Amino acid sequence: MEFVVISLLNGITYGLLLFMLSSGLTLIFSMMGILNFAHASFYMLGAYFAYQISTWVGFWPGLLVAPLVVGAVGAAVERYGLRRAHRFGHVAELLFTFGLAFLVEEIVHLIWGKVAVDYRIPLELDGTLFTLFDTSFPIYKGFMMLVSVGMLVALYALLTRTRIGLIIQAALTKPDMVEALGHNVPRIFMLVFGGGTALAGLAGVIGGNAFITEPGMAAAVGSIVFVVVVVGGLGSLGGAFVASLLIGCIQTFSVAMTLSITDVFALVGVTLPEGSQVARLTITQLAPVLPYVLMVAILIFRPRGLMGARES
Amino acid sequence: MNSAIFSRGRLLLWGGSLALAIALPLVFKSGFMVSLLCQMGIMVVFALSYNMLLGQTGLLSFGHAVYYGLGAFATMHTLNLIGKDGSPLLVALLPLVGGLAGLLAGVVLGYVTTKKAGTTFAMISLGIGELVAACSLMFPGFFGGEGGISGNRVIAKQTFLGFTWGPQVEMYGLIVVWAFLATVAMFALTQTPLGRMANAVRDNPERAEFVGYDTQRVRYLMLILSGFFAGIAGGLTALNYEIVTAETLNAHTSGVVLLMTFVGGIGFFFGPIIGAILITVMQIVIGGLTHAWLLYFGLFFLFMVLMAPGGIASLIAVQHKLWAAGLLPRMLPHYLATALPVLVLLAGLVGLIEMGYALLAGEGVGAGDTATKVMGMELQLNAPEPWAAALATAALGLLLTRWIGSRTRVAWNSALATLHGDKA
Amino acid sequence: MKNSFVKRLTLAASVMLIGGSAFAQVKIAYIDPLSGPFANVGDGGLKGFREAAEILVNQKGGIMGQKLEFVGFDNKGSPQESQIQLKAAIDQGFRFITQGNGSGAAHSLIDAVNKWNARNPDKTVLFFNYAAVDPTLTNEKCSFWHFRFDANTDMKMEAITSFMENDKKITKVFIIGQDYAHGHQVARAAKEMLAKKRKDIKIVGEDLHPIGRVKDFAPYVAKIKASGADTVITGNWGNDLSLLVKAAKDAGLNARFFTYYAGGLGTPQAMGASGENKVIQLTEWHMNVPTKATEQFALDFNKKYPGIYFYYLRVNNMVQMVAKAMNTAKSTDPKAVALALEDMRFPVDTGEVWMRKSDHQAMQPLYISIFAKKDGKAVKHDSEGTGYGWKTLASVSQRDSQLPTSCIMERP
Repeated sequence: MEFVVISLLNGITYGLLLFMLSSGLTLIFSMMGILNFAHASFYMLGAYFAYQISTWVGFWPGLLVAPLVVGAVGAAVERYGLRRAHRFGHVAELLFTFGLAFLVEEIVHLIWGKVAVDYRIPLELDGTLFTLFDTSFPIYKGFMMLVSVGMLVALYALLTRTRIGLIIQAALTKPDMVEALGHNVPRIFMLVFGGGTALAGLAGVIGGNAFITEPGMAAAVGSIVFVVVVVGGLGSLGGAFVASLLIGCIQTFSVAMTLSITDVFALVGVTLPEGSQVARLTITQLAPVLPYVLMVAILIFRPRGLMGARES
Repeated sequence: MNSAIFSRGRLLLWGGSLALAIALPLVFKSGFMVSLLCQMGIMVVFALSYNMLLGQTGLLSFGHAVYYGLGAFATMHTLNLIGKDGSPLLVALLPLVGGLAGLLAGVVLGYVTTKKAGTTFAMISLGIGELVAACSLMFPGFFGGEGGISGNRVIAKQTFLGFTWGPQVEMYGLIVVWAFLATVAMFALTQTPLGRMANAVRDNPERAEFVGYDTQRVRYLMLILSGFFAGIAGGLTALNYEIVTAETLNAHTSGVVLLMTFVGGIGFFFGPIIGAILITVMQIVIGGLTHAWLLYFGLFFLFMVLMAPGGIASLIAVQHKLWAAGLLPRMLPHYLATALPVLVLLAGLVGLIEMGYALLAGEGVGAGDTATKVMGMELQLNAPEPWAAALATAALGLLLTRWIGSRTRVAWNSALATLHGDKA
Repeated sequence: MKNSFVKRLTLAASVMLIGGSAFAQVKIAYIDPLSGPFANVGDGGLKGFREAAEILVNQKGGIMGQKLEFVGFDNKGSPQESQIQLKAAIDQGFRFITQGNGSGAAHSLIDAVNKWNARNPDKTVLFFNYAAVDPTLTNEKCSFWHFRFDANTDMKMEAITSFMENDKKITKVFIIGQDYAHGHQVARAAKEMLAKKRKDIKIVGEDLHPIGRVKDFAPYVAKIKASGADTVITGNWGNDLSLLVKAAKDAGLNARFFTYYAGGLGTPQAMGASGENKVIQLTEWHMNVPTKATEQFALDFNKKYPGIYFYYLRVNNMVQMVAKAMNTAKSTDPKAVALALEDMRFPVDTGEVWMRKSDHQAMQPLYISIFAKKDGKAVKHDSEGTGYGWKTLASVSQRDSQLPTSCIMERP
């Protein structure tokens, strides 16, 4: 029981971080049809900017400023890069972001060096929030959850309750009509891209010090965010939310299991030959690859994802 | 249809390429150059096999290294299995085993991945690539763990037509033969009904479906065949390096083959060949010249995506058309005029980047000691002069490029207009 | 790199002209990652070699009057690229190579060197390994042309378990590792050796996780905590280690970590305060081992290269031993050097290093130390500017670190 509660808590925390990372991606992906391979790079930039700002003026200004700077960089990338690549089709767009991810990593190497930087949790948030069955739950994790949920609510309100949100939604499905009504569609796209990358930046500000701020951090989460978006379904923020939590919990609980593949097959009445390498694998060992299994399964059996409105 | 493969011009081109490939090691005798040529030959096959998906069928794959890697492992295991009982002839035929392994992997995995095209395919290929790469470290029995699997391509005291495959040059010969055969086969495939159908499925799947073709089946077949050729490339790697590690089937390898193919040009059969050769040279030769090679590599790639999305092959093809229309002589002076400011711009940029690297990530830069050598020049990096000079060069280059470039563009557009006008 | 390439070209040209026998310098090719994600590790190593060659060899008369020089070749961390760079080095007349980062690349090189030497007996190449620790390199796969100057995984585990044998507070051990050869070897060695030395210690859990893919170690820590372990053994390195330690601190896990790679190359910085009095490492040296000469060498090095911290004592050992072997043999022929290096006993700051003849594995004193607050006494120097440094808990003599080998060496 104790273990289940703690694992659930861990799963939800991790899931919420995943959601912060993938919400921007799902926004960009569903609205502009761009598979932004560099999305995790913006996450990394967020962490590094926040680190840099925190060395000058502290963590709290960084929390606000770093995502905005990342958003500005994102908007510039859209304006001067993606918009041009867009003319050559989706493959060119995708490859552009692919190359961008590459470039960002090298630039981060150059400016901040190749080892982790000392980006710390602010003192106010360092400590234990509560202790559950003698496992402590840090304040910072609580803070991460708070920011993440706050972000979901704000995004939802922005998209459904404000004028700009409605225009954005309209521009996605009927860009020509929106343009005819006198709105500047390219600028809306630039805003969406900037906003999406700013969200990734925010995730970086929060995740950078919870984990480690180092040049490999983008590559480490790069593909898992795609899994979240695909599993959740295109065009669905709610789907991304559910998928994030699902994947967070799957990972956490599969780590907790001590079953091996042999045991699993035994449950359904199949006895595997002893001694083979497959038979010896444990669920724990497989934990980090389970999301990919889930993604492949979803794509095969339900290509529009858990809550998606359409296929690709 | 098949006669097209063996038309006189084509035969000349094929023969010429083969002769060039054979002649190269006679000119570049050093072991390093021969190793480099071997790597190129292998990458050519790999990139061509990738373009069967991307260029010909319109399938963007992020997991092509899976077939390449599995082919390599299968070849290495077979090599070790035949061991001393084998003969050099048998060893020479081993890449076929790699090909069959790739084909088999294609049959199994392709069934799952090719159900859908477009983004769905891209994402599934990414997921499967990650899965296989993760598994490769979990099963050290088959994949050899960190050390990989190694073998010996030389069967003691036996020869085949005088070859033992021991010296690198002999291995190069073997790679050339295989690469040539595979290239011819892949080209021939583009001329078959299946190759044509693949193009139709790429361009207009609905229409292909309407005229009675099963698009899923076409994709599936193309993936299987592409896996076969990737497997051959993997088999050649196994023989060439005599070691196969899990790295051969990870996402990085998949990414590299995508870059090569795209930079070379996906719209032309010979595009990936150019891309494979160019990128291999960039990685190894420029990697030996400067620490900043990854940055140059990234910038070059972005430049290609934005400025020449058709790849180098499309640039060459346009020149060829201009030449055929007799317009190339008209353009040549413009090219030369543009080349000069571009070189100035590049010199400035390279200077800035090199100084940046020397200062931030360089060798021998100690505390208070910012004197360093950049491009053979002794520079004081804490002084503003070298930076100002490089910046000024870059700015001058940029201005000149814009100025001359705009005039070139006018000439270019008029040449293109004439070209298309001629056609009409 | 830039100018050294030009140098290499001219060198290659001159070698071709004079037939490749006369050298103004003794050159060793350093084949390790110099670009990409592990470039910092490779770059730090190269600087260490150059500094050691300059101060410990060249300023003391060099090798038969010639200077020892290290030239970098970027293998980008890849086993295959390592082979291409090996070919490049051989082309340019190099007869000695060194490498350390990654047993994959080491396997690839040892294999290529063996084959090259068999196929080109007049141009043999000798491989000095300064950090690749896969035990098989000096056991099943041992080679006459390979010398290892670092203790291998099994030897290190032998030292760690000997320490644990005497620490009666340890009752429950959890083993966690990266799911690849190194992690497997650590887990296997830990289980075997503990079973022999302390039957009362219970292994309460064992986990493997994919290398470099786990972002949040909280679930693993929850599992360790649930198992009631008081000690964790891990072969993890880099972020996988830092993240594990951080997650343990967050969850309030009260266990000590026995590690291989906590001491250097950015890990102390990433762990920071969360490793205090928790993380134990095994190394051949650390800043607070009382050694006059090496301590000064390290301080000078850290001052000369800000941001890079001296970490490998074995680099200094290797450079001196190779120089001595060449001077003793009065030759720079790889075979003669190898024969002179075999069975060499060399006094260093921390004791004696012995290069065992039967498997070419160096035996050296080892230290077990814990990450503790800098206090100016036992923890005189901190590590990577963190305010925390390494405090020696125990030392293991050269003799005690020895393990039998299964090596059957083919000698030329």
